[in-house]
Amino acid sequence: MRLGSLIKELSEFEILNEGSDPDREVTVPYCCDLLSISMGRMPSGAAWVTVMANINALAVATLAEAACIILAEGSNLDEPAMIKAKEKGITVLRTNLPVFDAALIIYNKLND
Amino acid sequence: MNDKIVLKYDVDSDDFTRAGEASSSVKRKLKLMGVDPDIVRKVAISLYEGEINMVIHSYGGTIEVIISQDKIEMILEDRGPGIKDIELAMRAGYSTAPDNIRSLGFGAGMGLPNIKKNTDDLKIESKVGVGTTLRMIVNIP
Repeated sequence: MRLGSLIKELSEFEILNEGSDPDREVTVPYCCDLLSISMGRMPSGAAWVTVMANINALAVATLAEAACIILAEGSNLDEPAMIKAKEKGITVLRTNLPVFDAALIIYNKLND
Repeated sequence: MNDKIVLKYDVDSDDFTRAGEASSSVKRKLKLMGVDPDIVRKVAISLYEGEINMVIHSYGGTIEVIISQDKIEMILEDRGPGIKDIELAMRAGYSTAPDNIRSLGFGAGMGLPNIKKNTDDLKIESKVGVGTTLRMIVNIP
């Protein structure tokens, strides 16, 4: 599923930054908060569900080729991270749902 | 691409807002050169892990990336406390990162193991109280 279509379907999630590549393919949801583990194991094109909302998480998302970041548990980008997300065109959404619930919604959309 | 391309970057200690700039810049350049995406990802991951290690543990240093036709060499040289036990540092899950670093999401003890996994050659030289040099090579098949 393309990122732009997925975002449209995730009406219960708030869009923090729409990002610059709506045509890219989203492969799978991926859940992890430790950056090195995410970096090493996240599949390319993942919808990365995490509570880490800092600038380093954005760097990891870019370098590991995540399709988007889904901030769970009410996490939110701070100002430097928001600036970075806009600058790098990274798609970031947020929700108050727990990590698993957020990932399950994405999983179901991707496998509909 | 017959000539080697050499890129150099400075890394500051404790500057987490700029951490990842060298990796991102190298990644962008490799992509523009049309290098295979899997190779680009390996280089980006290895370099970012190395860069973050320098930000967390060292007093600063330099990164040199040499891109040639058949390989990408990365030399990360820092001034710092050095690594007392390299074998232990290579072990997955072992970390000396302090709590404030862990709260940023680092300190899983996966940095060097990630580098090892994503490179074709890794050499670590370290002198306690002086600094550490990482030499990493990713081959271009």
